[in-house]
Amino acid sequence: MFAPAQRRRIIGGGAAWLAALLAFVGAAAFALWQAAPPAAGEPGAGFDAYVLGVARFTLWQASLSTALSILLAIPVARALARRSAFPGRIWIVRLMALPLGLPALVAALGILEIWGRQGVVNAGLAALGVAQPFSIYGLPGILIAHVFFNLPLAARLMLAELERLPGEYWRVSASLGMGPGSLFRFVEWPAMRSVLPGAAGLIFILCATSFTLVLTLGGGPAASTLEVAIYQALRFDFDPRRAMLMSALQILFMLVVLAGLRLIGPVAESGMTGGGAVRRFDGRGGLSIVGDGLAIALAVGFVAAPLLAVASSGLAADLQRLIRDPLVHQAFMTSLVIAVSSALLSLSMAIPVLRARQGIAASRRVSTPLQLLAALLRDAPSVALLVPPVVLGSGWFLLLRGFGNVSGFAGPVVVAINALMALPFVCRVLEPALEAYQVRTARLVAALGMGGLPALRLVVLPVLARPLLAALSFAMALSLGDLGAVALFGSQDFVTLPWLLFSRMGAYRSADAAGLALILALLCLLLTIAGAPRARNREKEES
Amino acid sequence: MTATEEAIRLEAVRLAFGSVEMRFDVGFAAGRVTGIIGPSGSGKSTLLHLIAGFEMPDSGVIRLLGRDVTADGPGMRPVSVIFQDNNLFAHLDVATNVGLGIDPALKLDAAGRAAVGDALAKVGLRGFEKRRPPTLSGGERQRVALARALVRRRPILLLDEPFAALDPERRAEMGDLVTALQRETGMTVLLVTHQPDDVVRLCDAVVEIEAGMVRAVRTLR
Repeated sequence: MFAPAQRRRIIGGGAAWLAALLAFVGAAAFALWQAAPPAAGEPGAGFDAYVLGVARFTLWQASLSTALSILLAIPVARALARRSAFPGRIWIVRLMALPLGLPALVAALGILEIWGRQGVVNAGLAALGVAQPFSIYGLPGILIAHVFFNLPLAARLMLAELERLPGEYWRVSASLGMGPGSLFRFVEWPAMRSVLPGAAGLIFILCATSFTLVLTLGGGPAASTLEVAIYQALRFDFDPRRAMLMSALQILFMLVVLAGLRLIGPVAESGMTGGGAVRRFDGRGGLSIVGDGLAIALAVGFVAAPLLAVASSGLAADLQRLIRDPLVHQAFMTSLVIAVSSALLSLSMAIPVLRARQGIAASRRVSTPLQLLAALLRDAPSVALLVPPVVLGSGWFLLLRGFGNVSGFAGPVVVAINALMALPFVCRVLEPALEAYQVRTARLVAALGMGGLPALRLVVLPVLARPLLAALSFAMALSLGDLGAVALFGSQDFVTLPWLLFSRMGAYRSADAAGLALILALLCLLLTIAGAPRARNREKEES
Repeated sequence: MTATEEAIRLEAVRLAFGSVEMRFDVGFAAGRVTGIIGPSGSGKSTLLHLIAGFEMPDSGVIRLLGRDVTADGPGMRPVSVIFQDNNLFAHLDVATNVGLGIDPALKLDAAGRAAVGDALAKVGLRGFEKRRPPTLSGGERQRVALARALVRRRPILLLDEPFAALDPERRAEMGDLVTALQRETGMTVLLVTHQPDDVVRLCDAVVEIEAGMVRAVRTLR
């Protein structure tokens, strides 16, 4: 598949990127370690009740969030799969994809407008005569926000699995006379269960490392996660030792989760479907129609309400003034430059890493060092994601402090961190496309002796344009909505849109915040839509 | 039952299917094997789906064994169905797949479990109880489906191109098995097929479908 020289080159390229990645993370860790006051040198010094409490709360809220998201998603996925054709269904499925593309800060704002003290829910409770308003800050807010993001994710994953089942399954079970209980036990649950380890692991990691949502909705030290506590230790206490300790703890926890997932085994690969639209023969009873309707309506309400709140209060804000505000201009330009650069950087890392893995996989004999390199290339992007961005940020802050004004370096550091955060996702989007390219097209290109620019222009770009675009826009959306990396650097001189939004929220300029949230949400949603696969439309045309 | 008695009767059944209007007015003899042939998209499978209850007619009446089943769901009809593929739940073992034919909630007593073993022995898969469908060959999977149809003891068996994914040798074996089981049970069998050999070897009669209508009915033996 690869010529020996080419193989050496691509494996070398992958190894170089891997080394750069490790150096970037390692340098930050080293700088922080150096900065730790030597007096606190005895082992376990920072390992106090506070750290333990934060660690316990981190795992507790992540477990609860994961369990709630998945348990609540089961009836929603089942209802959407069973009601395979009703007007507006496609829009509900699309709605379930929206939270994933939404910046956490914007979602937090929308959730506050629904569930907060002045929110819709409390207004309703007051109207019902409930004297004690529902308080969102703390565990309830964190759970609501995590379920808002992850219930739709879990529902979509399970729905996809149910829709992948061959149409014959529904006919056979109808013909055998299976009731709803049997159908759930023998057909629906096994399908949904097959994605659960992967989905639960992903959701757990997202919730355990959640930063922005906990920062905005946690409301105090009683409900703080490691990620937020690390940020506070660095930004407010400047206690690098404690930050390092907590980072190590977080990485350790997440590694245990990842290893557990590896043990359970990979998510089952999708089977071939019989094709044609899915016809379901169950769920004809009135009770099941009402139940499904209720499950779908509640999920739609829960997800759509904060989005609508963001839209309506954003429109009520003085958008014209915001758009003319030079500070908003500056933030927009900064965000845009960072988003584009970090997306390109992420892509330029993902491709060599993936190519090197392909190169190793295509080798007939794989030596032990190469096997190790392949494993590193596979896992390093995900593991780098576990290093809190604020640790990377503060490490590089310390390193660069000696070279001049730090705010001048803020941009490149944030770009690098954002690129790293997007890397696992970019890899996931690009990997199947690159593999398909290698299998279908690469041999032909080699046989025709094509190379260089003509091959790039005529073959590579047309074939890979869509996945590349999808990866780029996803990485851009991620960077555009990110507060984690910017939180440490945000200042008068370095303002991004999320940072501006965060400071306006903190300064109780809620009209401005609402307007900025709407702008940010629209930008990210546009990018998400631009990168979304077109598979659904094609299905529609075929049927 | 005499050869002229009808197990299946479609009376003025109409079904709009996209731009095609299907119209069926046809009967099938009890205790016989009837082949259903015709070009792709002519409505062969739709005819089977109407009888099985997967499609509801826009108008007309479907009688099975003399009873009007037009409004009945698939599970209430005296019918077993075998498709070309995916007849078995891939994540359930062979015994469970067959056992679901005895009770769709899998509440099996000792007699039920024995019946599963007997049926598997009859299709030549003795001892396959714990195997999972992905570890079986295509022919073996279809024989498990046949075993499930056996334990269901429904008088009508609908076969929707059940041999299409098999190689010629397996196809002949499956054909012989169907013939033997049909003789033993006296089931009424409808067989949708593309293979002229199947018709000649297996069928007592043949119904030719074209553009959603029955074009010809022939008795072969």
